[in-house]
Amino acid sequence: MNFSSFIQYIASGTAYTLGVTLVALPSGLVLGVLFALLYVYGGRVVSRLMSLYSTVMRGIPPIVLLFILYFVMSGSVNLSPFWAGSISLGIISSAYQMEIVRGAILAVSGEQMLAARAIGMSTLEAIRYVILPQTLRLAIPPWSNEAAIVIKDSSLVYALGVPEILRRAQLISASTQQPFLAYISAAVIYFALVFIANRLLARLERRLTIPSNP
Amino acid sequence: MPKPILTIKKLTKKYGNNVIFHDIDLVVNEGDTIVVIGPSGTGKSTLLRCVNLLTKPDGGEIWLDDLEITAKGADEDRVRQHIGMVFQNFLLFNHLTALENVKLGLTKVKHLPEAAAHEKALAELTRVGLADRADHYPGQLSGGQQQRVGIARALAMDPRVMLFDEPTSALDPELIGEVLEVMRNLSLEGMTMIVVTHEMGFAREVADRIVFMEKGSIVEEGTPDDLFYRPKYERTREFLWKITELYGKKEAKE
Amino acid sequence: MAEWLGLFQRFLKDFILGAGTTLELTAVGLLMGFLLGLGLALAKTFGPKWLRAIATGYIELFRGTPLLVQLFLIYYGLPSLGITLSQTLSAYLALGLNSAAYQAEYLRGAIQAIGNSQMMAGRSIGLSRWQTIQHVILPQALRLALPSWSNEPISLLKTTAIVFLIAVQDLMAKAKRAATITYNPIGSYLAVAVVYLVLVFALDALLKWAERKTKIPGFEINTKRV
Repeated sequence: MNFSSFIQYIASGTAYTLGVTLVALPSGLVLGVLFALLYVYGGRVVSRLMSLYSTVMRGIPPIVLLFILYFVMSGSVNLSPFWAGSISLGIISSAYQMEIVRGAILAVSGEQMLAARAIGMSTLEAIRYVILPQTLRLAIPPWSNEAAIVIKDSSLVYALGVPEILRRAQLISASTQQPFLAYISAAVIYFALVFIANRLLARLERRLTIPSNP
Repeated sequence: MPKPILTIKKLTKKYGNNVIFHDIDLVVNEGDTIVVIGPSGTGKSTLLRCVNLLTKPDGGEIWLDDLEITAKGADEDRVRQHIGMVFQNFLLFNHLTALENVKLGLTKVKHLPEAAAHEKALAELTRVGLADRADHYPGQLSGGQQQRVGIARALAMDPRVMLFDEPTSALDPELIGEVLEVMRNLSLEGMTMIVVTHEMGFAREVADRIVFMEKGSIVEEGTPDDLFYRPKYERTREFLWKITELYGKKEAKE
Repeated sequence: MAEWLGLFQRFLKDFILGAGTTLELTAVGLLMGFLLGLGLALAKTFGPKWLRAIATGYIELFRGTPLLVQLFLIYYGLPSLGITLSQTLSAYLALGLNSAAYQAEYLRGAIQAIGNSQMMAGRSIGLSRWQTIQHVILPQALRLALPSWSNEPISLLKTTAIVFLIAVQDLMAKAKRAATITYNPIGSYLAVAVVYLVLVFALDALLKWAERKTKIPGFEINTKRV
């Protein structure tokens, strides 16, 4: 077997890797934005709770959280490893994405909120039409970093038996007795995915940049 | 008999034990241009923010026409639609063009249809002389232009009263004139305005009444001639002398 | 809850042992990563073009692929090239090589902030290029890098948790063992989650203390991640 057939075999696991990423990243974003808004605008008690959530979730290794969430989910609602793993990664990522969005809100908020309230908007309207459109733009660069992390962390669901890139590499390494070639191929594919994701997000950032004079 | 639009009674604001201002009484009649002057840190800006409820006063009442807006259960968002505010540092929405800045309140707060909002927003931009900058983002405009967009944004809501919080103090000297020009025209058109400023030329020429505030209370109010030529208090004379001196020197330098 | 505390108590000795291994992995990885990372950062800033390209390539490759893949490549892959390493050595190597790529970026940021003006100042008094780096640039850059660099020890401590997948007996491996014995995976992993939290908090406190100790007033750049 040569390098290109290795790549071909392992690349068929890419669908799973992408699948995990495309579930985890957006669900983490939705939760992250929600939690960040609650953190900033949610009053003392809610704000404390969100802060605790962030500290605890970001203080525990992702693989440990993945195992806990996986066993909780597969024990209670009987999800497949793919779904349980993807959703777990999404929940883990939500804590990191929350911090990204919170940082951006704090950078935008304050005065822009004042200006929006001054023309008679409610807090919710101001968040929706003034704060969030600016916040999400500002969050793209750190968020693209997080996207790369989630792509790479998707390899953790290997441990749950999901037939993604790394699991496939392991299978073919066992059957061909060529582990080096197998894992190098996996590395190449991961690298390509991260690279492409970075490029796409950089393009998005350029397209959404608000013009200004230098 | 002129009709009062805005009546402020015994208004007080504190932060903890720190009294910002206390027992302020002020009546603003329809069409009046009131200029508030005084040393910095005497609560002028906080007073303006209290008038449109961006800051909550701790005591006293504010009446807009026949409605007490400081009453419990008053709809703050509605109140603010009727009171326009222009900020010292413009505070334009950075992600929107000049036109969209003016339009946002019309579509999202007043729920005007798109076409009507567009037309109205463009008219307001024309009013401040910026129709040709409609598609520029705040970052592409000079400070003076940004402040004129800020004025247009407030005007678009058809406010009963306009509040100006040191609208020119963040501007380079050469950009101040264009903003004051817009404000002067508004005053001539009969807009009711309260202006906090250090521009004494503007105050003398445009104000119907000048209010001199110091250390959290109103020292004296009257026509420009009263305050400039016949002040009742030594403190007023001293402040005006100092500020005119400063202003005069700046003028001479230009 | 009582049952969970019982589990915790039963495996406490095991967990402490595992935590020791986890801290060892972190320390070795951090040190290796620092030395290699510093070399990479210097190569990328002051090296000739070909060296810069190699350093950049290294950093991009190691940051662009999962640590787990790097670990498997070293432990399972290298033997087919005739290099066989023990589980622990493989883990050390993977963590060190990986951390180097991240530490290089933190250090490079600080070195560039000190940058050319200090190099010029050093050269102007007759120091050689290398002497300037050694006596002028690095002492400043290392202090400057500390706030952003201090993310790395904690981040590395957390990433060590995957080495149990090649059967290194770290904290996570102990949790797996407890799960197999007690048939209580959720309780077991929750227990080590608590231990990890304690380790992370302790490390964080230590780093904050070190940061305060070495602070030079008015001398800082703002590179702390949000």
